[in-house]
Amino acid sequence: MMTFVLTNVTLLVILIATAIAISRMRALYEATMLGALFSLVTASLFVLLDAVDVAFTEAAVGVGISTVLLLGVLALTRSREAVTPRRRHLPALIAVLLAGGALGYASQDLPAFGAADSPVFSHPITGTYLHQSQEDIGIPNTVTAVLASYRGLDTLGELVVVFTAGLAVLSLVGPPARPEETMPRADFHLADYRIIRIISGILMPFILLFALYVLFHGEYGPGGGFQAGVIFAAGFVLYGLVFGLDKAQRVVPRVALRILVSLGPLVFIGLGLATMLLGGQFLDFDVLDPNHPEEGQHLGILLVETAIGFTVAAVMTTVFFSFASRGVSR
Amino acid sequence: MIAGLYVYWALFAVMLIGLYVVISHGNLVKKLLGLTVFQVGVFLFFISVGKVAGGSAPIIAEGAGPYSHPLPQVLILTAIVVGVATLAVGLALAVRIFESYGTVEEDELERVADEQPEPNGAFGAQCVPNAPFGSERGGGRS
Repeated sequence: MMTFVLTNVTLLVILIATAIAISRMRALYEATMLGALFSLVTASLFVLLDAVDVAFTEAAVGVGISTVLLLGVLALTRSREAVTPRRRHLPALIAVLLAGGALGYASQDLPAFGAADSPVFSHPITGTYLHQSQEDIGIPNTVTAVLASYRGLDTLGELVVVFTAGLAVLSLVGPPARPEETMPRADFHLADYRIIRIISGILMPFILLFALYVLFHGEYGPGGGFQAGVIFAAGFVLYGLVFGLDKAQRVVPRVALRILVSLGPLVFIGLGLATMLLGGQFLDFDVLDPNHPEEGQHLGILLVETAIGFTVAAVMTTVFFSFASRGVSR
Repeated sequence: MIAGLYVYWALFAVMLIGLYVVISHGNLVKKLLGLTVFQVGVFLFFISVGKVAGGSAPIIAEGAGPYSHPLPQVLILTAIVVGVATLAVGLALAVRIFESYGTVEEDELERVADEQPEPNGAFGAQCVPNAPFGSERGGGRS
């Protein structure tokens, strides 16, 4: 317990220090790199707080994808921030003090950290998710069970948000350029560095294999569609960064991306309609295999996770390609 | 009481630092960085509410337990992916603003918008031809 508190406090101190450094730094490239560190510390904290599935996602998203997106945008815009004028500090300070005061006041009513008798745990849903799920669905990872089955409609909503955000980026910065339209920048090639080229070449199949493992192992261990999707995307982003956009687009063609982006919501909604046609409720996987409801749940969860994985990977890769080709095609 | 609430207070501090950056800084990319910091504070707060002392990850196994609550983890798991998707939309807006106005600083943006007689016209003129899926690429900065 003592070790836990010490580790926790240390990580929280690093987290706050990094956040302060990000807020004070005017060189935005450096601030972005600190943002990656911030995400890594966050992922460690998630592990410490027993949220292994979340830690996965945060590590792949925060350290990998969002850092690359920010760097890509800084390359397109200005990388140095103007000095913040004094008059801007006062309103911010007032707002922060008010919000902080409200939070601090409200925190008196919060249950102690880690208390087993807090409202979160005394609510009846806790028993359903942790114990009843073993009979209803029969998969050990309750996070996957809640995500794909109990709260499937909620997850469908989240997937549609990701899909919509992908469309919004496409309509704002335009679709990825065709491979022949992109001019390779002659002055700088990461692939010229032998170590980077060879290591990323070796890593590539393992990243994709790991993503597949995470996707299909999500019922039994930490993993699932969202995690696998961002790991897939991180692999393609790495490939695109090192070997250039034209080579990466030969690996994942634009047409395939366009189909995969919309495939996920379609499969998800289609599955919901199928369960309705079979006589159940929307996204009630029990009816997929009437004699063995558990088998039906397994099938449904696997299909849903695969749909999520493909769409998340395709949206993230498309967004990266769009930003990157904005840079090389002019 | 301090021993029981220290994690929450630390996470409130992270949120407030993010909020401060969002309000005080004029650079749009920096604002988005601040938003990410704020967001992470909220994520960690959510997860920490579902933590039980001496617990383990909510993956049911023989002899394990007690388990932390899976529901906050599910919500935050999806929220992280949605967060990066919305960050991408924000960044795309910042790129388009930079291409139309040549700056991503709020103060300069106001100045440029005041100097141009019809900011909407100027924005529209550059925005419409290559939106949404025009073949003419790259816009062009003025």
